[in-house]
Amino acid sequence: MDIKVNVRESEGDAYVVDLTGEIDVYTSPKVKDAITELIDQEHYNLVINLEKVRYIDSTGLGVLIGGLKRVREHGGSVNLVCTNPQIKKIFDITGLVKIFGIFDDEQSAMKALV
Amino acid sequence: MNPLPVTDEFFGRVDVAIPAKAEWVAVARLTVAAVASRLQFSVEDIEDVKLAIAEACTNSIQHGSPSDTIAIACEVSSDELRITVRDRGQGLRLESVGETGFKEDGRTEELGVFLIRALMDSVEYRVDAREGTELVMIKRVLA
Repeated sequence: MDIKVNVRESEGDAYVVDLTGEIDVYTSPKVKDAITELIDQEHYNLVINLEKVRYIDSTGLGVLIGGLKRVREHGGSVNLVCTNPQIKKIFDITGLVKIFGIFDDEQSAMKALV
Repeated sequence: MNPLPVTDEFFGRVDVAIPAKAEWVAVARLTVAAVASRLQFSVEDIEDVKLAIAEACTNSIQHGSPSDTIAIACEVSSDELRITVRDRGQGLRLESVGETGFKEDGRTEELGVFLIRALMDSVEYRVDAREGTELVMIKRVLA
């Protein structure tokens, strides 16, 4: 079990973080490091693509919330791409659907950043 | 593997103990999911159980020592899966967690306990200063 993290530059100043695998207490520090590094480099508009994430727990959610709080301090935003019904359900029952922009595809998530 | 036939006599128990370390949580998750798959649960129910046991183990790790062990017992009957998680920590406070989900100024540490309560049908716990914490979670098979 592992998580693969791929960071790429997109339109404007936005960056996309592609995640593949499972995000739990063991793997979430790797996701946190990638997001922290982007923010430290003053990239405050992020799309985090969860399309290939099979599982996420509260530590993974905590990393996403932490990233969102930091970019918002600089007027930025984090939008998520998520199509997995089980993961959508987790965002729904925790109320995080009200905090994050959650989109079915990367193009929509990117468009909503600006 | 197909679910076991539902009979009144059917009963089983599976015990597993993992080190209280992050890299072992996946083992607990997969073991409990394998047990849950022997009941007539839906795929969604099994995913709920997987997340609940992972959150329970994560809580144990966050409030315990890496040298500790987390003991997990899965008791299976025809209509429910009862999971007991025991550790040496003092970390679970279900009553401190709100009912309505995460608020923007909320503490992310509470999300795990919130999820356990939201995903399982019954959740009880006992904290003992000497013996540690015992969490009992039940998922029922819908008729």
